[in-house]
Amino acid sequence: MQRTRRQPEPVSTPRSLSALEKVLLNDFQRDFPLCSEPFRVIAEQCAVSVEEVLATLQSLQERGLISRVGPVFAPRRAGASTLAALAVPPAELEAVAELVSSFNEVNHNYQREHEFNLWFVVTAPDPACVASVLEQIGQATGLPVLDLPLERSFYIDLGFPLWC
Amino acid sequence: MVLNDTDHALIAATCDGLPLVARPYAALAQQLGMGERELIERFGELQAAGLVKRMGVVVRHRALGYSANAMVVWDVPDPDVERIGRLLSAEPCVTLCYQRPRRLPRWPYNLFCMIHGRERYAVQRCLDQIIESHALQSVAHEVLFSTRAFKQCGARYGNMRKLREYAGAVHG
Repeated sequence: MQRTRRQPEPVSTPRSLSALEKVLLNDFQRDFPLCSEPFRVIAEQCAVSVEEVLATLQSLQERGLISRVGPVFAPRRAGASTLAALAVPPAELEAVAELVSSFNEVNHNYQREHEFNLWFVVTAPDPACVASVLEQIGQATGLPVLDLPLERSFYIDLGFPLWC
Repeated sequence: MVLNDTDHALIAATCDGLPLVARPYAALAQQLGMGERELIERFGELQAAGLVKRMGVVVRHRALGYSANAMVVWDVPDPDVERIGRLLSAEPCVTLCYQRPRRLPRWPYNLFCMIHGRERYAVQRCLDQIIESHALQSVAHEVLFSTRAFKQCGARYGNMRKLREYAGAVHG
């Protein structure tokens, strides 16, 4: 499936990035070559040396701008997980967030602007474990927990278009 | 697709990325005691089976300045969920699109998508364009910008127990 860009957003590109860095960041998020020398294929497309490609990727990684170059695995469908939310009185938000984050089963925990202001993802080996974590959080906070498990994903991961 | 022990080792060895060397597959193959060509072919099969969604540069949105992030939730009539879900997921700035249950009366929304952008106005503009181009004006929605990340760790497949669960799910 081809994604088309409707209207580019009027945002500037970071001045600190070189032209090669921008191209590597934006154009090589998928279809990484499956051949013996994949970075050479990329180097040829960018009209630079393979050493330059490797050094640039290394630098982007060291600066924390990319997490890695490699496969993105499909989300784990084993076990069980859910997206949950709480409507926390603002004065208690930090304390409740800390409690929620203290569970190993919680791997994302965000404040969002809404009456439901704390959103977190619970992942565990089975549905009973997920339910137990939600119950513990509900009991400890005295707040009803919104439990919103994934029913269906429509998303196809094609990478993230930068500077669009 | 049935995953064998080599696949598990391959997944574990690459979930933090490929080595940044001229022949990364050869380096991995040597580490795993298999042939380079065999490893490349297996990667192709894992991709074809949907286990590998994509392969390439994995960027960090926030570090690159894409710090505005909104979860947009929609109350879509049930018969339209699939059609609208597919429309949203094809939008370039939409990074996730999921159907989830309503929890009435407090939570009427059944379709969730995530929109990332450099700034809040860019996210809002992207959403306005989506609504206009797909004529979604009559679909009730709310925009939940994230204001703080208290905890954020990516899914890891680095240990064998998790890998076996993962493999089990893929088989099932």
